[in-house]
Amino acid sequence: MGTLELTNITKKFGEQVILDNLNLQVHDGEFVSLLGPSGSGKSTIFHLIGGIYQADNGTIKLDNEIINGQRGTISYMPQTASLFPWRTVLENVVLGAELHGKPDKQKAFHMLEKAGLKEYANAYPRELSGGMQQRVAFVRSLLSPQPFICLDEPFSALDEFTRLEMQKWLLSIWEEERPSVLFVTHNIEEAILLSDRVLVLGEKPANVIKEVTIDFKRPRDEELTLTAEFLTIKREIYQTLRGVIDD
Amino acid sequence: MLRKSSLPIIVIVSLFIIWEAASRIFTIPTWVLPAPTVILAEAINGWSNYQHHIFSTLSLTVSGFVLGAGVGLIIAIVLHLLPKIREALYPLLIMSQNIPIIVLAPLLVIWFGFGITPKLLIITLVCFFPVAVSMIDGLRHTNQDLVHYMKMAGATKKQIFTKLELPHALPQFFSGLKISATYSVMGAVISEWLGANKGIGVYMTLASSSFRTDRVFVAILFIMILCMVFFALIMLAEKICLKWQTNKGEK
Repeated sequence: MGTLELTNITKKFGEQVILDNLNLQVHDGEFVSLLGPSGSGKSTIFHLIGGIYQADNGTIKLDNEIINGQRGTISYMPQTASLFPWRTVLENVVLGAELHGKPDKQKAFHMLEKAGLKEYANAYPRELSGGMQQRVAFVRSLLSPQPFICLDEPFSALDEFTRLEMQKWLLSIWEEERPSVLFVTHNIEEAILLSDRVLVLGEKPANVIKEVTIDFKRPRDEELTLTAEFLTIKREIYQTLRGVIDD
Repeated sequence: MLRKSSLPIIVIVSLFIIWEAASRIFTIPTWVLPAPTVILAEAINGWSNYQHHIFSTLSLTVSGFVLGAGVGLIIAIVLHLLPKIREALYPLLIMSQNIPIIVLAPLLVIWFGFGITPKLLIITLVCFFPVAVSMIDGLRHTNQDLVHYMKMAGATKKQIFTKLELPHALPQFFSGLKISATYSVMGAVISEWLGANKGIGVYMTLASSSFRTDRVFVAILFIMILCMVFFALIMLAEKICLKWQTNKGEK
């Protein structure tokens, strides 16, 4: 199980209202993207879900349990890979599990194998390229015991080619494992390609101004990004976002 | 690579040659400045006379160093975990290094006698500081991205400390250790000047007061050797502990 439900979330920093009555749901096994311009409060939403910030109002429920201000209830993959340089790849991917009990190295190794990282199991992060490090970070979040994964612009620091490669890779792994995912990004194409639903965030205070359900069949591949339907959705979202920025 | 390591050797060897030649040409008396060959001869022939001094200093240095590094480590951890105490004690820590050891040493003898206690205290005093300061810096400059990940992943304070901050500060710990290692030998020799019946410091005082300058140089030679061996051992330990820092493919 892994359903996440944010109800009437309000968050202020001093006088500034960042989130105003925000509502969003992610169903079990669903891949949902949060799309919004930089500084629209996307990271704040993650910090609230992760329990680092306290919401001024509203509830955050994971599997119908209130988790406001509780840490460690979700699995998290940050913008930078944030791997521990003194741990090997294998030791790094079990870290999330290690914080909540004894990690299963066998399972971890198996997952690395599936992710195409088997030969790097005993390498140190600095020996890996940026894309590879992000893969390790994603495997780490998959291996964490929490049923719900939050991805915070995981590919924003990568170049365009690596990014495409990574999207394909993420799709293949996700379609096999099917965890519930909340994915933050500012890349429209990426959001449509990966998600079941795209939520477009408005600016200051942030709220969901548009919800787009993406019905493309899975497994998907990058060819999809060139089809007419895909481009129609892209245009629609683009116009919504432009409206946000122009306001 | 070969050139790089041979350069300092060439410099040292030529210095020795100049020194040797100068003392022969100008016939400098041995009690003023003995020639390198005279020092070497004394080092070899006098071994049975002074070897117990060296082993005494060696054991004093090692125990003082371990104690000092341990104290430094504990101070760093306590001050890191309790920021209020750090604010209060940090200036005191720095002031402790401004006390001239030469002045403090006789006082310590008055308070603690001629036993091993004042000697260990002096070595600890010079050794703890580099370890403590560099370790505190290492702990404070933990990568914030990693801290953020740990918090989001639900790590407890203890887990953040043991799994992240402590290993993160290990390189700084080693640089502190390397400085302490060289200080510890000096600390030991100084502490022996105060009053001891064995040790390089004693041997040195005896030699200089009887104008056996060659023996003074033998003492200096062994202090240098001890320092270098110590330093090398810590570098080796560092290499083993921090093998993740060196790339496999790197030359």
